[in-house]
Amino acid sequence: MLITRKVEFSASHVCRNPLLSDAENGALFGAAANPHGHGHNYVLEVTVEGSPDPVTGMVLDLKALKETLNREVVEIYDHRFLNREVAPFANVIPTPENIAIDIWNRLQPHLNGPRARLHGVRVYETPDLYVEYFGEAQ
Amino acid sequence: MSGVIHVTRKYRFSASHRLHAPQLGDAENRALYGKCNNPFGHGHNYEIAVTVGGPLEPRSGRVVDLDLLDGLVRRQVLEPFEHRNLNEEVEAFRAAVPTSENLGREVVRRLKRNWRTVFPAEGPRLERVAVAETSRNAFEVAAHEIE
Repeated sequence: MLITRKVEFSASHVCRNPLLSDAENGALFGAAANPHGHGHNYVLEVTVEGSPDPVTGMVLDLKALKETLNREVVEIYDHRFLNREVAPFANVIPTPENIAIDIWNRLQPHLNGPRARLHGVRVYETPDLYVEYFGEAQ
Repeated sequence: MSGVIHVTRKYRFSASHRLHAPQLGDAENRALYGKCNNPFGHGHNYEIAVTVGGPLEPRSGRVVDLDLLDGLVRRQVLEPFEHRNLNEEVEAFRAAVPTSENLGREVVRRLKRNWRTVFPAEGPRLERVAVAETSRNAFEVAAHEIE
């Protein structure tokens, strides 16, 4: 059974590769390469896989999941300039692909119990663009 | 370091169509397709979601160059379908009823046929296309379902 919880955060970022010239970055990332940064209202959907506990009828405590998402992601990402304030984006370009991988890495240690484990994360950068990450290939 | 990453991009176009199977009689078509069988046709604001998979390209930290994907979808799908009568103006729907199922298959077919003109062999792969005729239904076609 899959359970998905949604949270939102707003943050700014710059997409540029420091090894490339301004012209190359402009060609690669377009407006997202603006060195002053720009922002998005991100929507994060976290999907957990498991089977319901026979006594409680629940796969996991949704309150605990909410607290985990707030503590491990929202408090770290919300209203931040990702390149400057959120590791690992000092050295990793904060594309939605890399944001999805980083969020997976932050959540996975907390969502790997015997009954419920992290299945996937979906990061919407805009309503028309999202990235899904399901961890290392099995 | 990375496993499976999928990037999904949504696009919209508006078009008209009529659902009518020529092998069936008029009464059967009316019973089967209901209002969608109206001989004058009708239209929708379609939304299609194109999902691409692949490894992170290390130079950009991305799976797919969205400008290239947008250009391919615009040329192969949006421009030929936008403000068209699908039955009359899109060749594939002379032989196939323009249901969302067949529309999804046609979008996959068009993208797969032209994929290599834009993306290299080791580049991103088309994973699936989802067609939403209205916001109340969605039809997904996996790329491997179409030759």
